[in-house]
This record gives sequence, structure tokens and C-alpha cells, in this order.
Amino acid sequence: MTTMSFTQAIDDALAQAMASDPRIVVFGEDVPLLRRDLLVRFGPQRVMATPISESAFLGAGVAAAMAGLRPVVELYMVDFLGVCVDALLNHAAKLEVFSGGTWTAPVVVRAPCGGGYGDGGQHEQSLWGWLAHIPGLTVVVPSTPADAGGLMLAALQHDGPVVFLEHKLLSESWREFVGHGGRRSVHYDVPAEGTRGSVPRTWKPLPLGEAVLRRDGADVTLVSVGVGVHRCLEAAERAAGDGISAAVLDLRTVAPLDRAAVRDAAARTGALVVVDEDYEGFGLSGELAAVVMEAGIPARLARVCTQTTIPYARDLEDQTLPNVERIRAAIAGLLR
Amino acid sequence: MGADHSLPDATGCPDAWSLYALMKRSRLFEEAVTRLWQDGLISGEMHLGTGEEAVIAGVVSQLAPGDAMAVDHRGTAAFLIRGVDPVSLLREMLGRPDGLCAGRGGHMHLFSKDHLAASSGIVGAEGPTAVGFALAARHLRPGAVAVAFFGDGAMNQGMLLESLNLAAVWNLPVLFVCKDDGWAITTKAAVSTGGTLGERVRGLGVSYAEFDGLDVEQVWRTARDALEGARAGRGPAFLHAHCVHLEGHFLGLLLLRTIRHPLRELPGIVTPLMRSLSRRGGASSRERRQGVWSVLGALRVTLRDPRRRSANDPLVRARAALESDSACLKELDDRLVSETDAIVVAALREEPA
Repeated sequence: MTTMSFTQAIDDALAQAMASDPRIVVFGEDVPLLRRDLLVRFGPQRVMATPISESAFLGAGVAAAMAGLRPVVELYMVDFLGVCVDALLNHAAKLEVFSGGTWTAPVVVRAPCGGGYGDGGQHEQSLWGWLAHIPGLTVVVPSTPADAGGLMLAALQHDGPVVFLEHKLLSESWREFVGHGGRRSVHYDVPAEGTRGSVPRTWKPLPLGEAVLRRDGADVTLVSVGVGVHRCLEAAERAAGDGISAAVLDLRTVAPLDRAAVRDAAARTGALVVVDEDYEGFGLSGELAAVVMEAGIPARLARVCTQTTIPYARDLEDQTLPNVERIRAAIAGLLR
Repeated sequence: MGADHSLPDATGCPDAWSLYALMKRSRLFEEAVTRLWQDGLISGEMHLGTGEEAVIAGVVSQLAPGDAMAVDHRGTAAFLIRGVDPVSLLREMLGRPDGLCAGRGGHMHLFSKDHLAASSGIVGAEGPTAVGFALAARHLRPGAVAVAFFGDGAMNQGMLLESLNLAAVWNLPVLFVCKDDGWAITTKAAVSTGGTLGERVRGLGVSYAEFDGLDVEQVWRTARDALEGARAGRGPAFLHAHCVHLEGHFLGLLLLRTIRHPLRELPGIVTPLMRSLSRRGGASSRERRQGVWSVLGALRVTLRDPRRRSANDPLVRARAALESDSACLKELDDRLVSETDAIVVAALREEPA
């Protein structure tokens, strides 16, 4: 084992895979600068810059995967999927069904996501709920370096399209690139265990669609992905001081959802707090409620999500995104 | 600042003093924004328009009430020069509830309905927005125009190219203004743009002019002709203005930071690169050395970028035309500095206005 930061772990797993599979290529805007270490190790034929032409290069990535490559297409931010989502919605996601199961598009779409550093509504979205809504897409949201590397390897080996969402607040390089920009005068609430941690020296793929219980508890279950997992862990720690035993379930994969883990969690405590940085309405949090209700499991539900367009002002942003205080209030409300 | 669009301009000539004042005011404002950003009072990415002042002033100074603007993530100068209240702008960037957008937008998402001015942080979105503004103008405000501001990197974005075509076939009064500094964020135009912008634009049926965007009088004259044509119903025009971005794509850009503070920044870049050179499994050693060379090449290109020569600062050029009256110039500069200081003081006040 060794220690790595979040993006370092992803790139390390990617490099391990690229060393043994020559079909893996990486492209996107500014990739030669952002992935310069991969460029130097694997050469310019496999690590390429694109123009600012998301529709063309994402569509091309999908088709390149159909024709035998294993592309990793990088979007500058998940928000920009708005420009080119057709390639996923109407093409990558539907190919397997349309071809009677004979053809798939094993493309990994890697995109930074998430807020907490003051970039405003068009640059801080999560959107995993929106993407998971489309049948045929796999959507992963790691919360630690170890999971980030393991899920990247799994994504690369998966025989279908995977959207790999890399939370900017956990990423040492994205925080510096779009957040600090060399400044030491700004501070972000970065979860220590999310941004740096223990990783294997040789990566193994983590199973897709498998959640992990980060903390056991008997009174209430907090369910989340990404940065939210760490906010939950902190809230659980504080709740323990009030004699409340809170479990924390890290979904890791949004689609396909680990329904069994969600049902088990709801059945154990009967109280579910979903902490989802994505938009509240018609998304992941509603899906979890449906899974529990369909199984006939009696459980109360509270949701701590983003309810509006994310505002720019830092104080407003802190209140809009899920935070520890909101989670504690939700726990208190549920257990009253 | 603009004349009533139904009357011909009185002199037909650019006013060098008022154009310089607009540019200088914008530069001083963005220098203040830079300091506030460095101090952590303005959060997130910060895309300055320093180096674009001649393009913005030359065009926006000729807009009239009823004209619309669709700007990109680099819209501060355009909003300022269009006449949006500077205190309101700065308070917006500081995240104050009484800022231009109630603290919800920030500098990338500036909106003023009164000025029909809208921003977007999505590259290329200015195209469809300007076309839509122009469509509304044709119905509701005949003679009014819409201006789209974007960088050269945006010219590879589908929706912008589609907008050129749409404006042409609908014969709409749109001015497409391309502020070309040769960079698409950190990627040079040469590796991202095929053919020439002129061929592309003319090929889509839009009239095209290419000129030095660092010369405010040239911008003004070219824009005047394009605006006249658009207002008279002769259709869209594309202004290709060459300029610089003094701070690169945004403040704190890694390439510029590395050039300016090599001892601080290079170790973090070079150490992993050296590891990549030697890790087993990958390209040939010759390809790897080429890879290192190309990474260092990005730094070399940054080092040699025209923005580093003061002759390529549009403000320096605009001053040169006025230096014969140095007393007046100094008085103007001093006045603009105090005005900007007052704006900053007003913006930093804790309580709302």
C-alpha cells in the first residue's frame, strides 16, 4: 500500500491500464497539459488535445469505442455535457439494445463535477441523477482515492459507456487549477480522507454497482456519494456525541444502483437520510425512496440536496449544497 | 456613450480621448478585481478582459439603447463599457446580496435585463443568444443590433458555427466579434483550428473583416461600418480582432504562474514528468523525450507570447496617440484612478447600498 491524492490515484490506475492495453487513448480539451504525465509516458498518439468541440469529440469517442478503441474522453466539467449529451443519450446508451446485444460502446467519459469553491451555477453541478436516468449508462462517483482508482480501472474494463465523475473539491489538481489558482488566501472545506488516502500499489478493479458501508449504526442511515459521504461521516461523528448511532452508506455507483444495500440499510434502521449534492427533484434521492417503498420496507425519509441553481456567493453556496448542519437537522427531524 | 442609432454619427471619426477613458477605466477596474481576487474576496475562476479593451471599447461605445450583447465568461469589460453600474458589478463579484445579480451569478454569469446584456460560461453560447436577441430586435426594435463576443477557441464550437449560418439565412442584424489571442485555454490555435476563420465565416455567408484588435481606432472604424450595415438590414457581420490576454485564460493560469515563479512551480511539474519518463510500459524513449519537450514547449510558447511585449498592450497604444497633451492625459488618468478607488471603497462597504 502507499498514499496518493484523489486525481493522482485516478491517473495512476489509468496509467497502469494504458501500459497493458494499447487500445486505451485519452483526449479532451487541454489534455496534454492536464495529463502531461500520461503524455510523456504514452506518447502523443494516445494522449491528445481536442478543439472546444464537445459534440464532435464526444461523439467521436463513442464511435471509436464501437470500432475497437477504449477511449477516455475528458470533458472540462460535467456541466458542459449540456452541449453534447446527444452522444450519450441517443447513441452510446442505446447501441446495445438497438444492435440486439451485439455491439457496445466501451467509452469512459471522465468529467470533473461538484462545488464548494465559488464558481457558480454553470460550473459546479453534479448531474449524476440526470445521467443515471438514461437506461444504458453506468455512472460512478468515487469518494476516496482508493475507490477512484479502483472504479477507473473498472470503468476501463466495462463493456459499455461509463460516466466517471471526479469531484473537484476532492481533486488536488482541480482545486488548484480552478479554485486556488496559486492563491493561499482562499480556503475550502475539503474532506481530508476524501482527497488523500491509502491506495494499493497495483490497482484492481472495484465492482461496479456495489455500495460500501463506511460506518455502521443502528438509529439512522445516511446515504450519499462523493463529497457528501464525508459530510455524512462528520455528521455521524457529531451525532454520536448526542447518543445517536448513525450508519453511512457510500453508494459509489449511482447507476446501476446497489438496490440490495439500500434496502438492507433502510430495513436495519427504518430511517434514511439521503445526502445528495445533485438536484433534489426527480433524481437520486427520489429513486432511493422508490426502491425502499417498492420493497415494502417501512422507513422514514429525509433529503439533504441542492434545491436550486447553485448561487455564486460563497455563503449562499454553502447553504445550498449539503452541509453538516443541514444533515444534523435532518437526522434530528427524522428521529423526533 | 453611443449615439441614437437613427442619426448618423456627427463626425464619423473615433474620439480618441473618450475611447482611451473607457479603456483605462476598464483596466483600472479589472486591476482592482485582480487585487480582490488575490486577497480571496472574489472566489472561483476569474477571466479578465485585460488586453481586449480596444476591441470592447471600439465596439460597445457605438451601441445604442435597444442594442443587445451576448458575452462570454469574460464579460466584465463589456458590461462596464456598456454602462452597467460599476459598484453593482463589483459587489456582484464580491457575492453581495445587492450586487448586479444578487450575488447569485458572479463574473461568469452577469445579466442586465435593462441593458439587454447576458453572459454565459458555456463556450459558444453567445452565438445562439445573439441570434435570438437580433430576431427579437427585428420584430420589436427595428434598427437595433445584437453583438456576440467570444474568443477564437469558441470558433470550433458547433453552436457558434450554426449561429453564423442561421444569422446569414435569416439575414439578422448580428455582429459576431471574435477576440483572437491564439489560445483555446491552454491549447494553441494551430493544433485546434483547421483552415482559416475567414474562409469559414465567408463560407457560411457572413461578411468578414480581420484587423488589429489592439488599435482602438481601427476597431472603431471597422465596427462602425459593420454596425451601419447591420442596422440598415444588410445582414450579419463578423469582426475578427487580433488581441492579447494579458493574464492568459484566467488568473492563476498554471502556464503563466510557472513562467513567473519557476522556482515555486517547476518542481511540482518536473518531478512526476521525470518519473513518467522512466516508468516501465509505455511509449519508446524517443517518443517520451518528445513528450517532455512538448510539455516544456507549452511553457516556451507562453514565455514568447506577444502579450509580454508592452507594445501589444492596447492601452499603451491608445496612450501613444494622446501623449502630445501630457498634462491633459495625466489629469484624466488621475481622475480615473480616484473614480476607481471610490468604486472599490463603495463596493467593499459591509452594509447594502
